[in-house]
Amino acid sequence: MKSSLSPSQVTGIDAIMAEIKTHLRTRAGESAILGPDTNITRDLGLDSLAIMDFIFDLEDSFDISIPMERIAEVQTLSDLAKSIDVLQKEAA
Amino acid sequence: MSSIFDKFAPLQEQHAALKALGRSPADIEFQEIISPTEATLNGKRTILMGTNNYLGMTFDDDAVKAAIKALKTEGTGTTGSRIANGSYDGHKALEKELAEFYGMRSAILFSTGYQANLGAIAALAGRDDYLLIDADSHASIYDACRLSDAQVIRFRHNDAGNLDRKLSRLEGTSGSKIIVVESIYSMLGDMAPLKEFIEVKKKHGAYLLIDEAHSLGVMGDKGRGLCEHVGLEDDVDFITGTFSKSIGTVGGFLVSNLPGLDIVRFVSRPYMFTASPPPSVVASARVTLSRIAGATDLRKKLWDNAAQLYNGLKGAGFELGPTLSPIIAIRLKDPEQAIALWNGLLDAGIYTNLALPPATPFGWYLLRSSISAAHTPDQIALAVDVCTTIGRELGLITLPNSKSTKAEDLEKTA
Repeated sequence: MKSSLSPSQVTGIDAIMAEIKTHLRTRAGESAILGPDTNITRDLGLDSLAIMDFIFDLEDSFDISIPMERIAEVQTLSDLAKSIDVLQKEAA
Repeated sequence: MSSIFDKFAPLQEQHAALKALGRSPADIEFQEIISPTEATLNGKRTILMGTNNYLGMTFDDDAVKAAIKALKTEGTGTTGSRIANGSYDGHKALEKELAEFYGMRSAILFSTGYQANLGAIAALAGRDDYLLIDADSHASIYDACRLSDAQVIRFRHNDAGNLDRKLSRLEGTSGSKIIVVESIYSMLGDMAPLKEFIEVKKKHGAYLLIDEAHSLGVMGDKGRGLCEHVGLEDDVDFITGTFSKSIGTVGGFLVSNLPGLDIVRFVSRPYMFTASPPPSVVASARVTLSRIAGATDLRKKLWDNAAQLYNGLKGAGFELGPTLSPIIAIRLKDPEQAIALWNGLLDAGIYTNLALPPATPFGWYLLRSSISAAHTPDQIALAVDVCTTIGRELGLITLPNSKSTKAEDLEKTA
């Protein structure tokens, strides 16, 4: 299930979304529906600690730091992908 | 009809579920406080094993006398902040004594430990700065981040490598980087790998603030905490702490060797906009603080007691935190088992803390105890016996474990 690219080289919303889903799949289970409008805190049965670990994984994967105030703005997977895209561009 | 409290329905359900299984921690009410280690709970004499009263100072004769004298001579309260109402001699004296105790240039007093973190961190980290906080940080640190205008980045618990990567990503940015860690973490009793954090701090030119709430009086030859214990006090920029644990009263502080610390008084809202500590509290804190450096025997007793409880529970097969410390937590996966064990202990006259996610690491359900130098070996032996009996009845204990950890084994690698 791992992406063939080195994750920190994953750029562009679609590729970012695919990488997010790969990470989320292991946590939310095979049956979880993962779409752009999926609400991360509401729809996946993940508690705040699981979400925090998921964010840490994404940070390592994309080689970015996601500040807490950005995390607070994120609701859906689409929001998250956009935030990562912006953070990658800021870091470049 | 809808109520403003409807949004708390899940929480109310959790509270009700706890009550249905026995009691809710929020409803625990002691009628008589007999000593630092005993109280009556619904008429039953109960051993207190979850009150952070590490050195048993709450009934210190001299502290009580000093508090009474201050009450009579200076009154029951200051009725305002020091910015508005001025300082009392006791405030200034206690700050001087704190600075001397730590061998640092300055100290600032806060009304509680929570406010010390809130006030120190939010003031130190301004708009263009960066706060890097451990993921397992206490609520007061998280709340400080919300009050601060700085950008907040979390790193994995006790993971200096993760912190290093995060600081590396900030290279080239102009703001100050302030790392916030705790000495002993309040839920599991595990300790910060301070040496590693200091290496990372130095590499990146960051500042380091450590909250010594649970280690003041507990660690170090003179009781100054983890920084003293590992011999790295000169490499730490800020220390926060509380009087509500080993000091036996209430209040908090910030100490630092950096020149110019006093400006924090004018920018720290939790310092400026709340009443200063009352004279009686200051008076008793001064007495017990003066005892800390010389309390070597109490510290030894504390660690021997901690080892007795830790080894007793570990030997019985319970899963505990990773390190021997005065905070000893039984880790349980199942909430009903945790609640049953907690209630069973209370029925047998032993009070511990029931800690539930999300306040706990890894979503564990914790039966948290904090040991005191004032506990007797008999009280601890009884707690181990009762815990073992109930643990067996509940089927919690599977594999007996005879591995022993001695207090003296606490290495300087923390």
